[in-house]
Amino acid sequence: MHADPKGVLTGVHFIDGDHAACEGALAAGCRFVAGYPITPSTEIVERFAARIPKVGGVFIQMEDELAASIAIQGAAWGGKKVMNVTSGPGLSLMMEHLGYAFITETPCVWIDVQRCGPSTGVPTGPAQHDMMQVKWGSHGDFQIIALCPNSPQECFDLTVRAFNLTETWRVPVFLMMDEVVGHMTERVDIPRPEDIEVVERKWTNKRPGEYQVYGTTPEDLVPEMTKAGDGHRIHVTGLTHNEKGYPDMSVPNQERMLGRLIGKIQQNADQLVDVREDRTEDADVVVVSYGITSRVAMAAIEQARAKGVKVGSARLVIAWPFPAKRMQELARTAKVFVVPEMNMGQMVQEVERAVAGVAKVVSVPHAGGSVHDVETILSAIMEASR
Amino acid sequence: MTLLMDPSSEELEYGMDNPVLPFLRKDRIPHIWCPGCGIGTSLNSFCRALADSGMDMDQIAIVSGIGCTGRTAGYLNLDSFHTTHGRAIPFATGLKLANPNLKVVVYSGDGDLTAIGGNHFMHAARRNMDLMVVCVNNFTYGMTGGQVAPTTPLGPTQTTMPYGNFENGFNLPFLADACGAVYVARWTVYHVRQLAKAMKEGLQKKGFVFIEVMAPCPTLYSRRNRLGDGVDQVKYYKERSQIKNGAETKDVGLTFQGDIVVGKFVDRERPTWLDSMNEHFGKVLGDKFQTYGG
Ligand SMILES: Cc1ncc(C[n+]2csc(CCOP(=O)(O)OP(=O)(O)O)c2C)c(N)n1
Ligand code: SF4
Repeated sequence: MHADPKGVLTGVHFIDGDHAACEGALAAGCRFVAGYPITPSTEIVERFAARIPKVGGVFIQMEDELAASIAIQGAAWGGKKVMNVTSGPGLSLMMEHLGYAFITETPCVWIDVQRCGPSTGVPTGPAQHDMMQVKWGSHGDFQIIALCPNSPQECFDLTVRAFNLTETWRVPVFLMMDEVVGHMTERVDIPRPEDIEVVERKWTNKRPGEYQVYGTTPEDLVPEMTKAGDGHRIHVTGLTHNEKGYPDMSVPNQERMLGRLIGKIQQNADQLVDVREDRTEDADVVVVSYGITSRVAMAAIEQARAKGVKVGSARLVIAWPFPAKRMQELARTAKVFVVPEMNMGQMVQEVERAVAGVAKVVSVPHAGGSVHDVETILSAIMEASR
Repeated sequence: MTLLMDPSSEELEYGMDNPVLPFLRKDRIPHIWCPGCGIGTSLNSFCRALADSGMDMDQIAIVSGIGCTGRTAGYLNLDSFHTTHGRAIPFATGLKLANPNLKVVVYSGDGDLTAIGGNHFMHAARRNMDLMVVCVNNFTYGMTGGQVAPTTPLGPTQTTMPYGNFENGFNLPFLADACGAVYVARWTVYHVRQLAKAMKEGLQKKGFVFIEVMAPCPTLYSRRNRLGDGVDQVKYYKERSQIKNGAETKDVGLTFQGDIVVGKFVDRERPTWLDSMNEHFGKVLGDKFQTYGG
């Protein structure tokens, strides 16, 4: 399916990442946003509030993030494509509803423009502090998908993709921006509607009585969806449930339900991962990075190459599910992995886990508040190559 | 009972012509509520209101939070959502705004709606979100074992108030009224007909409707405070209730086993959130705006 022209601002724009993400959402068909302002994500909802009355949707500024993160789920079951937008402290408040979205298989996009934590931290400073929170922050076992744009253009493109992924897999999908990506202004090309591929919700054609809200087949782990008002008389609960959506908290059913929900992503991880590589074929050193850090890392890689070091870049466009298999393959040829991140070392643990014992892994942490100096990453590469 | 019907038929199991049966998910019965609990009685009134309203059941959705009352959603044969603790109102807000044709009913406990959910309650009333909110007030947290609630009156013992409650309880009709609800009523589960009528009116009213239902929790609240069983509590409701329609909500606060003012306290008109949005954008944006959900 193609994008609804109403939401697509085709053309060349000079806008920041926050605004580009909003345009991506509109192009993808998002017609309901519930938000609560927090720096540095606010511009996304401000733009949405201005644009949506002309596009036929609703924006509502809720009383807090708890409300925002569940209002979107009500709206998804009312039939809309939905999103909420926040930053660190807001994300912490939303965590219970991340679990609810996962267990109820509610398609929804969550944009997290990351800032420095912990707590109120540095509200206006960039960071990549929430990478583990989105993966582990809600109680229980769950899976999400997380994309990491490194430019305003990618804020647009990956937001469209985030919507397509959430409709396809029915798990919450995160766009992990950071303050720099959110606030930097660059050229953004918005294609024509017919050039934007949009995934429609997997609506059921089954009749009331035949349809089961969580009915699936072993081949297809993602159930078909309906919405309130369509006559299916669905029941949706955060309790462990059966195919009908009714609570069934028996041990075998807990295992069956959670197994399928986790399996949806784990069994399909290979088709989800997205690692962009540059000169990794002959690399002794591989720099693994994501988001804005990947652009600083690239500058360091250029300089190291100029000094004769065989170094390449592996950028995580999709950070979750983590591309463990690809890291293992790279570890067959590379000796060292260098992992710069704007946190004290989060995704580096995943790299370590993937290549355990096969290659060395070096963390290049940054507490946040600004991006890495090129020199810091460069000297880590030089050190690692010795 | 003489067997007039096929013994395997549902009608026989549940009573011959139970008028509320079509509104229940028969395959989920028996329910989890204790004998004498008032939640089921309130639900009976709600089903009668559904029947009397003549509305299309496919266009009514029910949303609950967590708690004994929160289980209500799961027993009703409507599109039903059992959400998180305290968050039924914002979920319902999203559902309503996504599909304005739906009548969305929130049905939950006093702790759920006015403790953890208090902020959402206030703001939905302020916005005049088009929701009907039914609050079953048993003065306690039932599902977690009888802890103090924001509605517990001064005096009674609760597991987390072992020497008696010393906190002031909410006067819920006053709170709803002050926040802007367009319809506010209180009934007890003794007043099943009046309650059903209020619920029917609530279903047909546009805007934020609040109905408080006083209901016994014999297992925890009554037993702990030596108030007898469910029937004893209903007797108390019968003896001490006074119907005062139009009463000032500031005067209807509750005390421990004291007098109870019941009735329809507020019934007024205010534009709903969606009406205000449509009207405002229509004015400001002119042709660029297309009425939403109209
Ligand atoms: C976030 C969260 N906190 C606490 C709980 C535990 N909890 C479940 S029900 C409940 C109270 C319910 O009380 P009330 O709303 O009065 O309903 P009742 O059971 O009395 O009908 C609590 C605190 C929870 N489920 N989720
Ligand atoms: S614990 Fe109380 S509120 Fe809960 S079902 Fe039993 S009687 Fe009802």
